[in-house]
Amino acid sequence: MRQTRTIELGTGLFVLLGFSALFFLVTQITNREFGLGEAGYRLHASFEQVGGLKPGAPVSMSGVTIGHVEKIEYDFSEYKARVTMRIDSGYDRIPEDSDAGIFTAGLLGGQYIGIGPGGSETFLADGGQIQFTQSAIVLENLISKFLFSKAAEKQGDQPAEANKP
Amino acid sequence: MRELLQSLRIALQALGAYTLFFVRLLKEVPRTLLRFGLVIEQIHNSGALSLVIIMLSGLFVGMVLGLQGFDLLQRFGSEESLGSAAALGLLKELGPVVTALLFAGRAGTALASELGLMRATDQLAAMEMMAVDPVRRVVMPRFLGGVLSMPLLAAIFSMIGIYGAQLVGVQLMGVDAGQFWSQMRSAVEFGDVMEGIVKSCVFGVTCSLIAVYEGYHSVPTAEGVGAATTRTVVISSVVVLLLDYMLTAVML
Repeated sequence: MRQTRTIELGTGLFVLLGFSALFFLVTQITNREFGLGEAGYRLHASFEQVGGLKPGAPVSMSGVTIGHVEKIEYDFSEYKARVTMRIDSGYDRIPEDSDAGIFTAGLLGGQYIGIGPGGSETFLADGGQIQFTQSAIVLENLISKFLFSKAAEKQGDQPAEANKP
Repeated sequence: MRELLQSLRIALQALGAYTLFFVRLLKEVPRTLLRFGLVIEQIHNSGALSLVIIMLSGLFVGMVLGLQGFDLLQRFGSEESLGSAAALGLLKELGPVVTALLFAGRAGTALASELGLMRATDQLAAMEMMAVDPVRRVVMPRFLGGVLSMPLLAAIFSMIGIYGAQLVGVQLMGVDAGQFWSQMRSAVEFGDVMEGIVKSCVFGVTCSLIAVYEGYHSVPTAEGVGAATTRTVVISSVVVLLLDYMLTAVML
C-alpha cells in the first residue's frame, strides 16, 4: 500500500512537472499569445508596401501593444496589401481619423504597426478601416535613393566648383 | 554476393518482425488504456525515475550551449541573440534527441533486461499457461508508459536547458536579461515548439518499441539478456539519429 502511494506520488510529480514544462515552452518562449476565445475586434488597413510585416506582429500605440496582426493579403481591387488587425477589447477608443504606419523595432528587429491617434470624436468599431497609412520603409530603396541623391549632388556640384576662381 | 543477399534478407526480416509486433501493440492500445493503473506504474519506472538524469543533463547541455553560443555570437557582435539561438537549438534538436538517447540508456535498457529476464526465467511462459496474454499484461503497459513519458521528459529537458543557458549567458557572461528573453520570444514560433513535441513523440514510440521488442524476443539465457540490452541501446541510438535527420528534413 505504502509502495503504491510513493509510486503514485512520484508519477504525479513527474506528470505535473512535464506538463508545466510544456505549458511554459508554449506560452513563455513563443511570441504567440493565447486569448480565451475571440476577444477584441478587427480593424483593416491598406498599405502600399508591408515590407517584412508578418501575422502575429504587434500593433501598438505610443509603444503600448494593443493588438496583433491577424492576416495579410493582397487586395486586387486596390492593388495594395490589406492588413487585418485584432485589437484587444480594452482599447476600443481609437479615433476614426487615426493613422497607421509600419515601423521597425531597432535596426534588426521585427516590424510592427504603430497607430497614431487622430482627433475625431467618433471611434473605430469592429471591421473599421484605418484611412491614413504609411508604408513600410524598405531599407534597400532608402539606400539607393540616398546613393542616387549623393551622385546627383556631386554632378550638380562640379560645374559650380569649376566656376570658382 | 550470397552473403550480402543473406544479410539483406535478415535485415528485411527484422524490419518485418518489428512492424508486425508494432501492429500487434497498436491493436492492444484501447484495452490497455482501460487498465491505466499498470501504465501509471510504468510511467513511474521510465519517466519519473529518469527525471534526475534528464534534469541534470538538460542543465549542463544548456550551460554548454550558453557558453559556446556566447563565444560564437560574440565574434559577430550579436550576443543578445543568445536567447533565441539557445532556445531554438534546445527545442528543435537537442531536447528531443538527447532526451531520446538518455531514455534509451536509462529506461530502454531497464525495460529490455526486465522483459528478457522474465523470458529467461519462464515467467512469460507461465503467464501464457494461465491464459494471460503477456503482451497485454506485461509488454503493453511498459510500451505505453515509455511513449507517454518521452514528450514530457523532452519538455522538461528543454525548459531546464533554457534556464541553464540563461544562467551562463546572463549571470556569468553579462548578456542583458531583457534582451535574452525578448529576442527569444520574438524568434521562437509556436511551430518550433510543435516540431520538438512531434519529434519527441516519434522518438518515444521508437525507443519504447525497440526496448520491448528486444526484451520480449531475447534469447532466454544470461548471455541473451545481455545481448538484448546492448542491442536496445545501439539500435535505438542509430534509429533516433536517422529519424531525426528525416523529421528535420520533412518539417524544416
